[in-house]
Amino acid sequence: MNNWIEIAALEDIPRLGSRVVKTDTMNVAVFRTRDDQVFALKDECPHKQGPLSQGIVSGTTVTCPLHNWKIDLDSGCATGPDEGCTNAFRTKVENGKVYLSI
Amino acid sequence: MKEKLVLVGNGMAGVRTLEELLKLDPERYEITVFGAEPWPNYNRIMLSPVLAGEKTVDDIILNDRAWYEENGIALHTGDAVVRIDRAGRKVLTGQGEEVPYDRLLLATGSNPFIIPVPGHDKKGVIGFRDIADVETMLEAAKKYEKAVVIGGGLLGLEAANGLMKNGMDVTVVHLMDILMERQLDAPAANLLKASLEAQGMKFLMETQTSEILGDGRAQGVKFADGSEIEADLVVMAVGIRPNIGLAQAAGIHCERGIVVNDTMQTYDPRIYAVGECVQHRGQTYGLVAPLFEQAKVAANHLAQIGIARYEGSVTSTKLKVTGIDLFSAGEFNEQEGDETLVLQDPGMGSYKKLVVRDNRIKGAVLYGDTIDGTWYFQLLRDGTDISAFRNTILFGQHDLGDAGHGDETRVAALPDDAEICGCNGVCKGEIVDAIVTKGLFTLDDVKAHTKAASSCGSCTGLVESILASTVGEGYDATPSKKPLCGCTEYSHDEIIAGIKEHELKTMDAVRGFFEWKNPDGCAACRPALNYYLLANWPGEYHDDPQSRFINERAHGNIQKDGTYSVVPRLFGGLCTPEQLRAIADVADKYQVPEMKVTGGQRIDLFGVRKEDLPLMWKDLSEAGFVSGHAYGKALRTVKTCAGKNWCRFGTQDSTGLGVRLEELTWGSWMPHKFKLAVSGCPRNCAEATIKDFGVVCVDSGYELHIGGNGGIKVRVTDLLCKVGTEEAVLEYCGAFIQKYREEAHYLERTAPWVERVGFDYVKQAIVDDEAQRKALYERFKYSQQFAQIDPWKAVAEGKDQHEFQPIEITAA
Ligand SMILES: Cc1cc2nc3c(=O)[nH]c(=O)nc-3n(C[C@H](O)[C@H](O)[C@H](O)COP(=O)(O)OP(=O)(O)OC[C@H]3O[C@@H](n4cnc5c(N)ncnc54)[C@H](O)[C@@H]3O)c2cc1C
Ligand code: HEM
Ligand code: SF4
Ligand code: SF4
Ligand code: FES
Repeated sequence: MNNWIEIAALEDIPRLGSRVVKTDTMNVAVFRTRDDQVFALKDECPHKQGPLSQGIVSGTTVTCPLHNWKIDLDSGCATGPDEGCTNAFRTKVENGKVYLSI
Repeated sequence: MKEKLVLVGNGMAGVRTLEELLKLDPERYEITVFGAEPWPNYNRIMLSPVLAGEKTVDDIILNDRAWYEENGIALHTGDAVVRIDRAGRKVLTGQGEEVPYDRLLLATGSNPFIIPVPGHDKKGVIGFRDIADVETMLEAAKKYEKAVVIGGGLLGLEAANGLMKNGMDVTVVHLMDILMERQLDAPAANLLKASLEAQGMKFLMETQTSEILGDGRAQGVKFADGSEIEADLVVMAVGIRPNIGLAQAAGIHCERGIVVNDTMQTYDPRIYAVGECVQHRGQTYGLVAPLFEQAKVAANHLAQIGIARYEGSVTSTKLKVTGIDLFSAGEFNEQEGDETLVLQDPGMGSYKKLVVRDNRIKGAVLYGDTIDGTWYFQLLRDGTDISAFRNTILFGQHDLGDAGHGDETRVAALPDDAEICGCNGVCKGEIVDAIVTKGLFTLDDVKAHTKAASSCGSCTGLVESILASTVGEGYDATPSKKPLCGCTEYSHDEIIAGIKEHELKTMDAVRGFFEWKNPDGCAACRPALNYYLLANWPGEYHDDPQSRFINERAHGNIQKDGTYSVVPRLFGGLCTPEQLRAIADVADKYQVPEMKVTGGQRIDLFGVRKEDLPLMWKDLSEAGFVSGHAYGKALRTVKTCAGKNWCRFGTQDSTGLGVRLEELTWGSWMPHKFKLAVSGCPRNCAEATIKDFGVVCVDSGYELHIGGNGGIKVRVTDLLCKVGTEEAVLEYCGAFIQKYREEAHYLERTAPWVERVGFDYVKQAIVDDEAQRKALYERFKYSQQFAQIDPWKAVAEGKDQHEFQPIEITAA
C-alpha cells in the first residue's frame, strides 16, 4: 500500500543535497543525487543518531556529519566496515514533483 | 561474461592485490587462486612470533576460507601451478587442473637460498619461509638440542631467537663481522650482539660454512677453517631468491626477478606480477610495505582505472625479537660529505644515529630506544628540512613538544585503556585489538574499523605509532606520496599545481583532469577541492555549499544534540554597551539556553535551533554584527590585550592594531582555522606566541611570530621578523596568510605547514623577497573583496533558505 504525499518540487532540493521533512513522529531526510534520483531516509544515523540530512552526498551515499559513517541512500544501511541501518522510505518523482511514502 | 583473473601464489602480496581490487571493482572478474601451501592466506611476518611461541598459526591467518567464498573466489590450496600456456591463455597445475585466464597475476614470492655446500640436502637442513618450516623447527626442538642458524641477518636472528625460546642451544654463523649488516652499522650491531649473547645466543662471526656433516640427518657443520660444531638442526637464512622459475619457463622476461614496469605489468601485458618475485627499476624487495604499495598499483590497473604508478619505495626495518628494540631506515652508512648525528649511552644500552645531508635525514639506525623511529622515517620520506630542530632531534619528538607532527611517541608504554582518539573515544586496547583480529596494516584500515584518527586527525601520529609497534614494520607506511583521498592517486600538491597550471576552475574539471574514480568525489575531497578552487580563483569560482561540511554550510557549529551555536564577531574583542545589549536581546528573543564568553574574546550563544538561525542572524546583522566564522576553516579571532591605552606596560596600541588586522582578514577562507593575536608588550597577555600569526609589540616596533597553535600539542611560534609600523604588520600578515592559503594542504594548520616546508622557506618568501611579499599581499586583498560578504546577512536576505526551512507534513 502506498500513501504518496507530495512534499516539494524537485528543484526545491539542491543537487547533491537534501531537505528535511518534518512529520508528526520524526524527521525524514530527502536527498537528491547528481542525476536527480531522490531518496528518503529517517534523519537519524544508525551510529549515534546524527542528522544525515546535514551530511555530504556523493553518488548514492551520504556521509554523516558527526563521525563520518557512510550510509547507502537506497537501503539506509552503513557501508564499509560499519554496521547498522536507518529506515529507508520510498520516493517517486512525477512531473517535477517529489512524492514520499511513509 | 565476466573476465577471468587467475592469481598464482596465495601469499601476502597476491591476496592484498585482490583485496584492493575488490574494493575498487568487486564485480569485474571471476577470480581463481592457486597456492602451493595448504593454508589460506596468512601473515608470513608473524611466523617469527609463532616460532617463539608468542602466537599460534590460527592467530596469523589473514583471510580464512570463508572470506574467499564470500567474495566468490575459487581457492585451490596445496596445488602449484606448473606451467603457463601464454598462447592458449591458461595455467596448468600439478594436480592436472587447467584454468583459462584473461589476466594473470603472478605473486610467487621467493625461496630461501640454500647454500649448495656438500650435505645441504640432508634431513634437518631447512630454510625459514613458511608454516611447514616452522613446524619442522618446532618438531626438532622437541627431540633435539643443538641448532645452528647460518646467516646473522634479520631472518636468521629471528629464527635463532625462536629456537632458543623453544629450549635449543643455538649458534648463529655469520660470514661478516657485523650482524644485520644490511640494516645496522658496527656500533649498533655490537650492542645487538651483546644483548643476544646475554640471552644465551652464541655467535661465530666471519665464519664460512663448507659442509653439512652427518649420515642421512644433519649432525654437524664444518667450516672453511676446518673447525666443526655439532648440530641436529641447520637453518639456512642467508637470503632469498625471487621465485621466477614458472615465469621464466613461460618466456616472460626475468632478470633477478620478474621484470615489471611502473604499472606492475610484465613483458606480457596480460600478465601482472607483484611481491618478492618482482624486479622493478632494478630493485627487488623483501619487506611487505613496498609489496603492499605494489599491490595497490596492480589492483588499480586490473580494475582498469589505469592511473596509479609504482615508483619504488624506501623501506625501514625493525627486528621482532621480544625485548630488543632496533630500527633502521634509508642510507644508514654515511657517505663522504654527509653529517652524522650520534647519541650514545652505553649504560642504557642505547644508540641513535642519523645520517644527514643538506639538513635532511637520509638514514637512521636506532638501538635500545626506537620510539622515534616512525618519526625519523616520516621526516626521511617527506624530505623535511630539520634545521629548525636539529639541535634536539636526537632527543626525540616528545622533546620538541610541538603540534606539527602531533605524535605522542611513548605509545608502546601506554596502558590499554589509554584514550587515543578523544574525538571518537577510542582506547589503545581497541585499536590493538582491531589491528590484530582484523589483520589491519594501514592507517586507512584502522580509521575505517575503529574510527580512531578519522575525525580531527590530531591523534593520527599516535595511531600510526600503535600500528607500527603492533605489526612491526609490516605497517604500510611506505607511500612516498599520500593521495588526497580514496578517489584519486594524486597528492594535494599535485592537485594544487594542476589547478593552477591547467586553469581548472570547476570541481568537475579537476575530477575529470585527474581521473577521479568517483564522479561526485567523497566527503573528504569535496571540501578540499572547493577550498582549492575558491583560493585559486577568487571572484570566478562559485562556492559549492553542498561540498562544505555542515558547519560551514549552516554558518554555525553543529552541536551534539543537533542544535547550533552562534558567535557574532567582535573585532579585536572590543565591544560597546549597544552591542552587548543587542546580543542580550537576541538571546532573550530566541530563548538561547546558554551563553558563554569564549577564549577568543567574543560571545557564544548555544543551543539555537536550525530554523531560528536565519531570523537570529537577521537581527544580529541589523545591529551591525557579522559572523564570527567560529565554525569555519577560516579566519577565527584576533585576540588582543589591553595595550598602551590602558595598561601601564603597554608599548603600542595592541587593541587598535588587532581591530585593523581583523578588519583586513575577516571572512577569509583558509586551509584550516586561523587565529591571530596582538599583545601590547612582551608580557604577552594575548598569548600571541601560540597563534597562527602573532604580534608582540615592543618599544621599537612589532615582532611578528608565525606557525603557533594551542590544542592537543602546543607549538610555540617562530619569530619571523620585526617591523616598524602598523602598515608593515598588515602587509606581512596578509602576505603570510596568502602564502599559506595558496600552498598549504587543506586541513593543514600553519604549524605543520611551516614545519613541512621549512621555516626558512617561509621567511625567504615573506621577509627577504620584497616583491613576492607585495604580490602576495595584493592577491590577498583582491581575494578579500569577494570573501568579506557576511554569510549571515546573505542568508537573512534569502540565500539558501532551503538549507534552513524544513518541509512540514502532518499525518496523512
Ligand atoms: C620468518 C619471516 C619473517 C618476516 N618478517 C618480516 C617483517 O618483520 N617485516 C616485513 O616487512 N617482512 C617480513 N618478512 C618478509 C615478508 O613475509 C615477505 O616479504 C612477504 O610475505 C612476501 O610476499 P609475497 O606475496 O611476495 O610472497 P609470499 O608471501 O611468500 O607468497 C608467495 C606464495 O606463492 C606460493 N607459490 C609460489 N609458487 C607457486 C606456484 N607455482 N603455484 C602456486 N603457488 C605458488 C608460495 O607457496 C607462497 O605461499 C618475513 C618473512 C619471513 C619468512
Ligand atoms: C585541536 C582541535 C580543536 C578542536 C577540534 C576545537 C574545536 C572547537 C569547537 C567545536 C569550538 C566551537 C564551540 C562552539 O562555539 O560551538 C571551538 C571554539 C573555540 N576554540 Fe577550539 N578546538 C580545537 C583547538 C583549539 C585550540 C588549540 C584553541 C586555543 C589555543 C582553541 C580555542 C578556541 C576558542 C577561543 C574557541 C571559541 C570560539 C571563538 O571565539 O571563535 N581551540 N573549538
Ligand atoms: S601584554 Fe603587555 S601591554 Fe598587553 S595587557 Fe599584558 S602587560 Fe599589558
Ligand atoms: S569546545 Fe574545544 S575543548 Fe571544549 S569540548 Fe569542544 S572541542 Fe573540546
Ligand atoms: S552519528 Fe552518524 S556517524 Fe556517528
